[in-house]
This record gives sequence, C-alpha cells and structure tokens, in this order.
Amino acid sequence: MSSDYIITAEHLTKKFGDFKAVDDITFNVHKGEIFGFLGANGAGKTTAMRMLCGLSIPTEGKATVAGFDVYRQTEDIKKNIGYMSQKFSLYEDLTIRENIRFYAGIYGKSNAFIKEKTARLLKQLHLEQEANKLVGSLPLGWKQKLAFSVAIFHEPQIVFLDEPTGGVDPVTRREFWNMIYEAAEVGITVFVTTHYMDEAEYCDRISIMVDGRVEALGSPGELKRSMNAASMDEVFLKLARKATRSAD
Amino acid sequence: MRTLKFLLQKEFRQIFRDPAILRIIFLVPVIQLLVLPWAADYEVKNIRLSVVDHDHSKYSRQLREKITASGYFQLNDYSSSYNSALHEVEKDRSDLILEIPASFEKELVKEDQSTLFMAVNAINGTKANLGAAYLRSIIQDYNREVRLKWVQFPRFSAEQNIEITSSNWFNPLLNYKYFMVPGILVSLVTMVGAFLTSLNIVKEKEIGTIEQINVTPVRKVHFILGKLIPFWILGLAMLTIGLTLARVIYGITPVGSFLTIYCFAALYLLAVLGLGLLVSTYTGSQQQAMLLSFFIMMVFILLGGLFTSIDSMPAWAQAITKINPVSYFIEVMRMVILKGSSLFDIRYHLLTILGFAVVLNGSAVINYRKRA
Repeated sequence: MSSDYIITAEHLTKKFGDFKAVDDITFNVHKGEIFGFLGANGAGKTTAMRMLCGLSIPTEGKATVAGFDVYRQTEDIKKNIGYMSQKFSLYEDLTIRENIRFYAGIYGKSNAFIKEKTARLLKQLHLEQEANKLVGSLPLGWKQKLAFSVAIFHEPQIVFLDEPTGGVDPVTRREFWNMIYEAAEVGITVFVTTHYMDEAEYCDRISIMVDGRVEALGSPGELKRSMNAASMDEVFLKLARKATRSAD
Repeated sequence: MRTLKFLLQKEFRQIFRDPAILRIIFLVPVIQLLVLPWAADYEVKNIRLSVVDHDHSKYSRQLREKITASGYFQLNDYSSSYNSALHEVEKDRSDLILEIPASFEKELVKEDQSTLFMAVNAINGTKANLGAAYLRSIIQDYNREVRLKWVQFPRFSAEQNIEITSSNWFNPLLNYKYFMVPGILVSLVTMVGAFLTSLNIVKEKEIGTIEQINVTPVRKVHFILGKLIPFWILGLAMLTIGLTLARVIYGITPVGSFLTIYCFAALYLLAVLGLGLLVSTYTGSQQQAMLLSFFIMMVFILLGGLFTSIDSMPAWAQAITKINPVSYFIEVMRMVILKGSSLFDIRYHLLTILGFAVVLNGSAVINYRKRA
C-alpha cells in the first residue's frame, strides 16, 4: 500500500526557536489525488509545504516526496515537483511566451518540447493573441491560470499550490479548479492550500491544521459525518475555534 | 550549462526592457564625465577680496592692481574701513580682507619695511587656505619688485640667487581633468557593479520570484552566475563608453595599453559584483539595499583617493584605504592612463583585487542561502 503514497510525512516538526510552527504532523498523500491542506492563517500550512518542497529543512521527523528524502534529496525533489506560491511569481517584465520558455528551460526541457507544448497551452488558455504581451499587463485571474500552467508545464509528479485562488473572482475560480481536475486526470498529484470551503469540497481528501498539528484528515464526506456537521464550513469552524494561537 | 543560457537570456531581456537601467548605463557616464571634471577642480579661482586701504598711495594702488591682475581674485569692495569689509565677510560676499595701513607707503620708503594685515574667511577651508597662500605669494613677489627697484646694485644681486624650476611629469600642464577623469570612470564602474547587482537580486526577493527559482532544480552557482555575468558585461560596456568619452571630450588617451586597463577592470568588477551580491544577501528590500550600497559607496569613494590624496590622510584613514577596492582601481587607472604602467607594474594591485574578489564572492555565496 505504501508504494501508492507519493508524499509521506511522519512526526514532521519545524521549530523556530521555541516556537513550533509545525508540530509533529503525520499524513500520507496518494498518487494522483487532490489533497486539500486547510488551516487558519498562522496554523503552519505554508511552513509544512515549504519543508515538503525542499525549501526548508525540518527540525524533526521524516518525510518523503516522490520517493525522495526531504533532508538529503531536496534537489531530486525539486526536479519532480511544481510549485505555485501565494505571491504571484512569474516575471511581469517578460512576455507570456518568455516566461513559459524560461521556466521550462530551467527544468531542462528540450526546445522542441517547449515549442510544441507552448503552442498547445496558449491555445488551451486562449492566450494566442496575448502571447507576446508582458505578463504584467494581464488581469489577475489570467495571471493565476498562467502561473498554474507554468507550474505544471514541465510535467511534475506533484504540484504544490499555496492559496492559488486568493483574490480571484468566482468564475475564474471555477475555471481554475477545472484546470486542477485536468492536471489530476493526467496523473499529477495536487497538494493545495485554500481558505475557501467550497474548494475544500472539490478535494479528494483534506487535512485541517490547527496550531501546527493536523486535527482532522479524511474525505470531505467522512469529516462532515464524524464531526456531525452539515458543511465543510461548519467542520472548519468547529476545529479552528480550538486554536489558541492568534492569526498573523 | 543550458540552464545558465536560459538564466542569462532572461536577465538580458529584463535589463534591456527596463528604461531606468538603460538610462543609468548610458546617461550617467555621459553626464558625470561632462560635468564633474570641470566642477571638481581644486584650483581655487574667483576668490572674493575686500581691500581696506587706509593709505591711498601709489604703492598701495600698485599692490592692489597686481593682485587683481593675477586672475585669482575678484575685487569685491574697496573701502577704507575694516568694519565694513568684515561686514562683507559676514554676509558671505567676501572671502579675504587685505588691510593696508595708513602709513604703508611712508614706512616702506623710509624704513624699508611695512606691515599688511590679512583676514581670511575660513568657512570654506580649501578656498581660505589656498587664497591666503596665493595672496601671500603675490605680495612677496611685489615686495621683490619693490626692492629690486630701490637697491643700487651691490656686489651681489639683490634678487634671490636660487631659483627653482620644476617640470611636471606625466601630466605636464597639471591639467586637473587628467587626474579626475580616470577616477570618475572608476566610480562609474563601481556603481554598476555594486548598486545594480544588489538591487536586481533584492528585487527578485521582493516580488517573490526568487522563491519560485528556489523550488526549481536551478543550482545556486548557476543562479549567481546568471546575475553576475550580465552586470560584468554591463560594467565593461560602461567603462568603454567612459573611455571613449574621455578621449572625445578631453582628448585623454591612455599612455598605457587598453589591455592592461581591461584586464584590471575585469577582475575589479568581479570584486565589486561580489560586494553587490553580499549586500543583497543582507537586505530584504530594494530600499535597504539602496541605503546600504549608498553608504558603502560614499565611504569607498571619499576614502578612495578620487578627490583627496590618500598620502595626506591620517594613518588610520590610510589603513582603511587598504581594504577599499576603489582606491586600488583609481590608482591603477591613473598609473595606466597617465604614466603608461604595464600589467607587470600593477601586479600587486591585481593580486590584491583578486583577493578581494575571492573573499567578497566567497562570503556572499556562503551567505546566500537557497534554503531558509
């Protein structure tokens, strides 16, 4: 069964001085699943995600991502993941085409691959006309969709999305989730943090972090049943109210 | 290698797309080289002089004419009251007061000696010092002329027998621009190296793209090279523009070879790029980077011998100039451009700068953490 897991975390902990940002979390993510990573602001989501992406070395515990160890094999992890941060991180002073080419290039993709896939992607996003426009001139919703496309352009095994739909309108949010489903269909595991509970419902399984610990883990249906709640909103509120840490 | 190609391509695209950077690279050298060599000149001219003449004699008039004819002084006012002249100094309309006593001519003729009084406005130290020195030498000269006229030729000539003549090597006309231009070129190259590099890297921190690069398999060394190489090339381009302008505007052609200049500049740029990199590792926003670079540049340039001679600094300041890469480059530029020094002559400078490059880049790389 464990070979089916693409992310494993056991007793993973990150301390900053005396402060335990992530406190002994254990969970697994199946291959090809959409895994929602929920929690209030300051619950430790981003820190946990950074450890899994090889950006931050854990203080204690074990974790593997795509079969690689988060302590020793961060470079291998990086080759196999895509990452979309909270902050928009394409270059606004480069064009759409240049951004795609740059990120694909530094993942070591061939020119032929880049050329062929860029054409396909631009068509998919209906951005053929805008391909040579600076990214800075695009509306936010398009930027986010483009950033997601760039994050999975090199066909990673897992993509980490840190609040990808913050500040985006409901229509674009729905389109964005369609893109996530498409990615999952071709076998990319999606690890996503969000504050929108309707988005949580779209996930195969979710975990809810409170004060650096994982307080609940399961499919949205299971969680609602076990917490005796009508909606994910209620589940989240019931758990999050237990928090003693103040949000930042 | 291929990764580096993509990084460089991106970097150059961004640089050439940013009008501010282009302006800095092309306009700054033009403006600095057009303006500074004329303004930053130690020769003191236009010293405003107040003459207080209580004598109103032929001799006092001659003296006054001799002073104003020298070209260094502007006669601000000619009065017979010291207080009114002092008032002019207080109003900052005058720099120097020369007071000629009432009995100037009489004493000079009768007793063969007389006194003059000089008061200096020392707010601007350089101007005051040099102005007083000029005036003193003019008066001495006048004194000599007067004596020569009176003395009946004795056995020995009354004039001084030892006359010193000097010739100025390497800069025969003591053209100040020859001294300033090489130094200004150095400050330009340093600016590109340290300022632009640190700002560029910190900008990526600010907008968050550095985090995105950090989750890609791009290696630390590639990322840093991708940042250093473009600015290394820009620095050399700026130097080329500067040298061209120096030749076109001031007719300054290096006596030494361009190869020597470029060899040293190439190495020097590595050192200042390392400095920029180091600054960027300590700062989180462009504002911080700007302030820190500004502070460092200020110290480096003022203690680099651009405006003031290092030899006349106090010992502790001279010690600081030893750890200031700018001072080495300024010295080398002057050596090569004015004196024609060769690579062999500047070997110690080269070695020292190599040391700077290794230390600065080394500490920057250690400091630059890909992982927090």
